[in-house]
Amino acid sequence: MDLIGLVGFNVLVGIGTIALITVGLGVIYGMMKIINLAHGEFMMLGAYATYVSTSHGINIWIAMIIIAPLFVGLVGLVVERCLIRFLYGRMIDTMLATWGLSLGLIGLMTSIFGNDPRGVATPVGSFSIGHYAASLYGVVIIVVALLSLAGLYAMLRFTRYGLIVRATMQNANMAAALGVAPPTIYMSTFALGAALAGLAGGILAPISGVSPVMGSAFIAKAFITVLGGGAAIVTGTSLASALFGFINIIVSFKSTPVIGEVALLVAAVVMIRILPQGITGRFLRRSL
Amino acid sequence: MSRTTDTRRGFLKMGAALGGTALATPFIARNAFAAAEPIKVGCLLDMSGALGVSGQPMLQATQYAVKVLNDQGGLLGRPIKLINYDTQSSMQLYTQYAQQLALKDKVAVVQGGITSASREAIRPIFDRFKTLYFYNTQYEGGVCDRDIFCTGTTPAQTVSHIVPYALKNWGKKVYIVAADYNYGHITAKWMTKYTREGGGQVLETDFFPLDVTDFSSAISKIQQAAPDVVLSAMVGANHLGFYRQWAAAGMKAKIPMASSTFGLANELNSMDASVTNGIVSAYGWYPTVNAPETTSFLDGMTKMFGPNLPMLSELDSASYEGMMFWAEGVKKAGSIERMAVIKALETGISIDGPAGKATMDPATHHVVHNTFLAEAKDKKWDILENFPASPPADTAAVCNLLKNPRTDKQFVVEVN
Repeated sequence: MDLIGLVGFNVLVGIGTIALITVGLGVIYGMMKIINLAHGEFMMLGAYATYVSTSHGINIWIAMIIIAPLFVGLVGLVVERCLIRFLYGRMIDTMLATWGLSLGLIGLMTSIFGNDPRGVATPVGSFSIGHYAASLYGVVIIVVALLSLAGLYAMLRFTRYGLIVRATMQNANMAAALGVAPPTIYMSTFALGAALAGLAGGILAPISGVSPVMGSAFIAKAFITVLGGGAAIVTGTSLASALFGFINIIVSFKSTPVIGEVALLVAAVVMIRILPQGITGRFLRRSL
Repeated sequence: MSRTTDTRRGFLKMGAALGGTALATPFIARNAFAAAEPIKVGCLLDMSGALGVSGQPMLQATQYAVKVLNDQGGLLGRPIKLINYDTQSSMQLYTQYAQQLALKDKVAVVQGGITSASREAIRPIFDRFKTLYFYNTQYEGGVCDRDIFCTGTTPAQTVSHIVPYALKNWGKKVYIVAADYNYGHITAKWMTKYTREGGGQVLETDFFPLDVTDFSSAISKIQQAAPDVVLSAMVGANHLGFYRQWAAAGMKAKIPMASSTFGLANELNSMDASVTNGIVSAYGWYPTVNAPETTSFLDGMTKMFGPNLPMLSELDSASYEGMMFWAEGVKKAGSIERMAVIKALETGISIDGPAGKATMDPATHHVVHNTFLAEAKDKKWDILENFPASPPADTAAVCNLLKNPRTDKQFVVEVN
């Protein structure tokens, strides 16, 4: 009984982790169909922002939840203005450009910080499920993932800005005809996606350690989940992370983490074959 | 007409003479400059990637050894020049640079390799191209090859002390977590062997590839098995997450841990004391060893590289000893020629390393070394036990290069 509770908790944490790393990429890809190969590096920047802030004595919660997203959002803004803006509609070119950006960011952070992994102390302790111990930090991950998805949904559904974003997503020319400047919207959504990536990096920093190459561990899962989720940002990300996270954790527990990763990838392959447009390409098509 | 021909012929003659002299000069002048020509030593270590944090101080220790030798006047009257390539934790670069060192740079010896996978990738290359090779990383033992010298400690010198300590102080039920490649698998076999010999029982062994970062399911599995001891042979930067997540899940206080690899990647400095305290390990050297050679080694390294050195470990002291053993071999042989140096080293040479006296064992090409058992306490290693002149018994049981000089393989312990 306790074991089911523990495994169930781990499944929720796994789903929350995947959802967290995916939501930033989902915003960028869902909005602008930009393949941002530097997404992992945005997360890495968020993790480093957290590490630097905590080494200067700033409270870790403020560092993770406020400073990391703000910093990476600003970086995203600069990147959009200087690089992405010229490449809308050119998918292969954005892949190349963002790949180069990711290499550049890794090199930059390595020159500044060196490439030995740093650590951020986990701010909360553990709790028990029956006579098993689990990390309370998993609860933090679940909560932050839920809040980001809920906040994103609320923004898209209930605010004027969300309405404009959705309109630009559906038909940029029509939105322009109605007085909205699509380039400005793209700029703000790229910055939002980057900020969400920074938040994910900051939250995951205590678990995975902070090093310049940490992004590469996340980028594959994020892309698989985004493509598996389909066009709708919030619903797609939630459903795809639930599916993949569940499969990954259950199989990891039954055998080894390697087989868990294999199972996740196999599930992704099967799903893309059955639903080439992702889950929300077929079901819940008009959801957010 | 005749004047032009004369001039042209004269010009051609002079040009030929000058050209011939220019081409011949290197051959004539070489003997005059040969005395100062440096001896080239190759170094293959990871400066970046998952093993980078271990590779950087190893390179520094090698550079320090080169400096010490050059300050003494070099070897055979020639200075030593270190040629090192950053293999970036990539097997492909290991094999590529190994060939480059052997064929293009034509070095007298190569010091390097960190993971056992990298060693097994480049060992055949150096065998084929007849380049002397020193492997200075503590590993799983069993390499029996006349062309290689291993200065790192092996399970008979380290794990054989860790396991009895764990069984005696913590309990008989053992859970092993190890990296998923040859080192992890073979070390797990040695841990199993010593556990069974000590009357213990291995509940389960789990292997993790070097790029796994999420250990939540692993930690849940360990909790479910409820062992008395966890033995870890995890390797590389990504596996450090295991220790962090273990402590975050509150397991630190519940199940004690010992490791054959913890401490080789500056963990005591980069991780919080709540994550590292209590972990037990055994190596051929710690910075807290109470010996004058340790003090002079640390002083020398600090003077050369500044006070911000990472916490040094056996990887670095063995890298230093690798250079020193080779230098002693060269001095005894009076030449840098490979076979001469091998034969000189097979006479049983001793050097003074940071841990005290170390002796090269002629039959196994491994080192008889002082080893220590230590526990991490408040970001320092607290040495619990001393094992002077610990022999490489695991390799010695299967390997005798004096009797069978043509052996060229790695022996693996059989445990069913």
